Amino acid sequence: MGAALSRAAQWTAAGSGTGTLETTSLNESVLNEIIKFLEDVCTTHPQEAAFIFREPLEWETELSCSVFGEETVQSEAKGKDGQPVLLRTASTVRVRSFDQLSHLLQNAMEKKSKEAQACLEANRDPIVKILGPEYGTVEGEDLSMLHLLDKVKKDDDPETETIRRIILLLHQLDLQLLNSSLKHISQDIRLNPAAVNNEVNLLKNFSGKGEDTVLESLEYTSDYMFSNGCRAPPWRQAHGEICYLVIKPHDTDPLYITCSTAGVFLNGGKDDIDYERKSDVYKDIVTFLRERSPKFVENMAKQAAKKDTEEGRSNTVSRKAKKKASGTSSQSVRKKQSSKWYGLLIFLPSFFFYFYFPYLHKTGRFEDISESSSETEEDEEQPIRRQEGNTDLPSEYWGIQKLAKYLKGGNPTATVIALCSMRDFNLAQETCQLAIRDVGCLEVLINLLDTEEIKCQIGSLKILKEISQNTLIRHAIADLGGLEIMVKILDSPDKDLKCLAAETIANVARFKEARRTVRQHGGIKRLVGLLGCNSVGSSSLTSYQAKDTEMARCGALALWSCSKSTKNKEAIRKAGGIPLLAKWLKCSHANILTPVAGTLQECASEPSYRLAIRTEGMIENLVKNLSSEHEELQMHCANAIFKCAEDKETRDLVRQHGGLAPLSVLLGNSENKQLLAAVTGAIWKCAISRENVSKFRECKAVEALVGLLTDQPEEVLVNTVGALGECCQEPINRTTIRKCGGIPTLVKLLTGTDQALLVNVTKAVGACAAERENMTIIDRLDGVRLLWSLLKNPNPDVQASAAWAICPCIENAKDAGEMVRSFVGGLELIVNLLKSKNKEVLASVCAAITNIAKDEENLAVITDHGVVPLLSKLANTNNDKLRRHLAEAISNCCMWGSNRVTFGETKAVAPLVRYLKSNDPSVHRATAQALYQLSEDPNNCITMHENGVVKLLLAMVGSTDETLQEAAAGCIANIRRLALATEKAKYG
Amino acid sequence: MSRRKLQQLVESLGRSAKHFNKSEVECLIKLFNALVKRPGQSNSRFAGVGFDRNMFRDTLHSAFGMTDVMLMDRVFRTFDRDNDSCISVVEWVEGLSVFLRGTLEERIKYCFEVYDLNGDGYISREEMFQMLKNSLLKQPSEEDPDEGIKDLVDIALKKMDYDHDGKLSFMDFEKAVRDENLLLEAFGPCLPDLKWQTMVFQPAPSAGL
Repeated sequence: MGAALSRAAQWTAAGSGTGTLETTSLNESVLNEIIKFLEDVCTTHPQEAAFIFREPLEWETELSCSVFGEETVQSEAKGKDGQPVLLRTASTVRVRSFDQLSHLLQNAMEKKSKEAQACLEANRDPIVKILGPEYGTVEGEDLSMLHLLDKVKKDDDPETETIRRIILLLHQLDLQLLNSSLKHISQDIRLNPAAVNNEVNLLKNFSGKGEDTVLESLEYTSDYMFSNGCRAPPWRQAHGEICYLVIKPHDTDPLYITCSTAGVFLNGGKDDIDYERKSDVYKDIVTFLRERSPKFVENMAKQAAKKDTEEGRSNTVSRKAKKKASGTSSQSVRKKQSSKWYGLLIFLPSFFFYFYFPYLHKTGRFEDISESSSETEEDEEQPIRRQEGNTDLPSEYWGIQKLAKYLKGGNPTATVIALCSMRDFNLAQETCQLAIRDVGCLEVLINLLDTEEIKCQIGSLKILKEISQNTLIRHAIADLGGLEIMVKILDSPDKDLKCLAAETIANVARFKEARRTVRQHGGIKRLVGLLGCNSVGSSSLTSYQAKDTEMARCGALALWSCSKSTKNKEAIRKAGGIPLLAKWLKCSHANILTPVAGTLQECASEPSYRLAIRTEGMIENLVKNLSSEHEELQMHCANAIFKCAEDKETRDLVRQHGGLAPLSVLLGNSENKQLLAAVTGAIWKCAISRENVSKFRECKAVEALVGLLTDQPEEVLVNTVGALGECCQEPINRTTIRKCGGIPTLVKLLTGTDQALLVNVTKAVGACAAERENMTIIDRLDGVRLLWSLLKNPNPDVQASAAWAICPCIENAKDAGEMVRSFVGGLELIVNLLKSKNKEVLASVCAAITNIAKDEENLAVITDHGVVPLLSKLANTNNDKLRRHLAEAISNCCMWGSNRVTFGETKAVAPLVRYLKSNDPSVHRATAQALYQLSEDPNNCITMHENGVVKLLLAMVGSTDETLQEAAAGCIANIRRLALATEKAKYG
Repeated sequence: MSRRKLQQLVESLGRSAKHFNKSEVECLIKLFNALVKRPGQSNSRFAGVGFDRNMFRDTLHSAFGMTDVMLMDRVFRTFDRDNDSCISVVEWVEGLSVFLRGTLEERIKYCFEVYDLNGDGYISREEMFQMLKNSLLKQPSEEDPDEGIKDLVDIALKKMDYDHDGKLSFMDFEKAVRDENLLLEAFGPCLPDLKWQTMVFQPAPSAGL
């Protein structure tokens, strides 16, 4: 804080009535320095930090209550007069010590600089508030430090002591701020004619006869000025020289200097110009003079002291100079020259702040002269744009620019006229959208949202709503902090305003960061709030209810956009959005149903939503709207069912509410691909339930699905093929597919690349292969080879799915053994898949091996490829599916050579015995069969017996499953036989 | 005012000012009486009878935050149906009925009357200029400060003058406002903000307005 701050306030005062600090990198660094100072002061100077300000610093905070805990908060610490040092009521904060100030900023976290800025803006002269009015306004700002110190020295009570130290601290900060500001503005200085001209003009204003002037005189050597602003003769201009000056300081001989683009230096002057450089190069005339003339420095300081009285005059000077510059030079020149000024002004602290602020701090009517140095972004863009302006900018651009003037500089009445007029442009056109951004209207429109003027807010939002269709604009709005303000507007009592804000949010929140911003500023809760009204269901609406419906529509639109982020889905749920969405889903207006269903289908990716959709009875309404006449609505409903029908109960509900028939009907709509994808998806998931398959068959869905196998985009194909795969649960559907000519298309799809599609296609082909006639076609089309080659696919899902599909093919193909052998390297490939880490792949490959092993010759081949030890290695698993197929594979592989013995040697037997303790009867059956096969080898019998197999098998003998009975009994018999033989050998 | 007289007045006004119920009418009459009898108004010609121009202006300012003197005078003229430069209690209640609760149609009519400064049935270019002349911040760079206002008038005309006769008829104005409600107060605030609408009827001491 400190003097710099009090000056900051002064800058604003010079700028306009109600000033704000513009976001420039320079201001930012000043703010950051101040914040850092505040944060440090508590630890380094605790005594000063506890000092109670004369008057509280008071400002409107943006911090939410959560930072403070409650709506009205006051600190426990009190000042001498019993006032709390920190008091927050509604959105106003009053702080009375550095301590609390720094705590507050710490709590503010990332809003730190915003708060600091708000504080500075609201407290133009903080030093007065901190130390009392007598300190703020002592004669002259800049020498005030000395006066203040004198004053403090005179009396010596401890508080004055503290005050003195605070003053010193503030002064220190002040210097620091000046230095860092200087660093900022002194970068990249190159002189140009306009800059030199201005500097000369300014110095001339402070030159002349008398003791107090900074110079006696300063003259150009030539009055003639070339059109480019240079006074040097053309051949010297080639060396970068601009002009030559004769300067008479009070205390030295006349100085003859050259101003060139590289800087200022002494030349060999006198009567004839000697162009030779005779001194170092300085960056500007003032720096040069400062080195050469002590008197100059001294008088500059004197001028500073007189500042108060001369304020008015210097003001006009600056304006005049400024105006001249703008008249003669281009925008970019102006910018350079303004940065040039700082070099001079830094020696005139009073001037410094005087000029500095209007340049750097764009506010209100100073807009036109405030294009300045530190807006790096604009610096890059503006020249390019200006050039465009000369070439071929569309006429809309100029029209919009003209209106922008009234938006920026008009009262609410003029602003509303301009806003309404702007809407007459075709805002859907990108030219206009970008023109609005480029002429700086976007900032103004967003600023308008932050006012109290409802009409301006509405007008502005109407425009923003339109232009936010454009991605660039969306990002720009978010970057300018528009979302935060719009979220705030959602609290407004005006319903129209709320609707517009929500609709605009819906447009802007189409990208991740925007969605996050909405959430972080409490937007989700407010948007959900828009849905909360009680006029749902009635078909004839009063105007009041119509408003509510409109509000809900806009809210739902915004939620829909927001619901694309997972965290937002959660936030909607937590804000109680689900019952409200359910309520609105019951209404009959398509324009609100669409966003509601859209939100629901987006959120249905979350299990919690799927559960809620089922339990809140939304399935019924989703099904009902499948028959709506709005395709978009149909699509969202189908999508929601698609995502929800993963759960069995939901599938049953869809059937019970009669949703399967409308889904089948929608298959006929082959134009709208998105709808088709959603519908086929819903059918796919619903068809997982057998009952639903029968229903689909009745609706002739299978035929329709086969028809969709050609010429469809991938997302439709994936779902269609998935649905067909599920439909094959009913044997009759397999025949239907063949009769409709679906098999060749399916086999052809095996050559695709899309992983999701391949998983579904292999599954469908496998399901079809369960029928011999189908298998003949598949075999003829070489489908099994295609399936086999998919085992090489890197995706385990595809591998597993292909292996599963191979099983029925081998079962049902004629000459299956021959066919399998004909695949070169095929058997080795499949055996090696037993090394996979994926349980599903392992189970599927075991199943395939079971089938392969039925052919003796092939069994011999896979035995050579080492199938036995690989299978044994898998034996220690808890996965019942794998156990079952593994046991089956083992039992089939026992049929060759010494495989039984090898299984025993590779320790497969003991784990198999444990399988009998599983809860899955199919595992028991397969295991018993495997054990029966293995028990042909005496050593295996011993191992089994040692692992307590007999007791387990005895229980199995009582099973109703004959195969299991038989295998169990056989196994026991083998063990018994061995025991008898042993006894016989021993005793007999 | 006697109780009976008051009752009668309430009865008749309850019929003519259709946006207020009886208790609201009564409330407004009391308010009227309180305002009219306010000390400091006694030197007025109409003391105790009705509002004169200044009193009304003060009331508009303090109750509805209006600031534009010219428009406030126009509002006065619009309220003052019989043109006697005094707003009677009947004019007061009926005027407020539109002012506070008017339908869009009534408000369009009211605003048009306010903006039609000379009452000739048209809002002319000059009238617009009058009403908008303070609507722009003075730009120091601007050579002719009126230039901006003239442009603004042109913009407004372009937007609202449907029949292209260079002035706004009531038809023009009505069409423009129906098209875009924001244009209702296109030439300056002459209706209360939303937030004022309930204030008048607050049971607080009515003179405290």
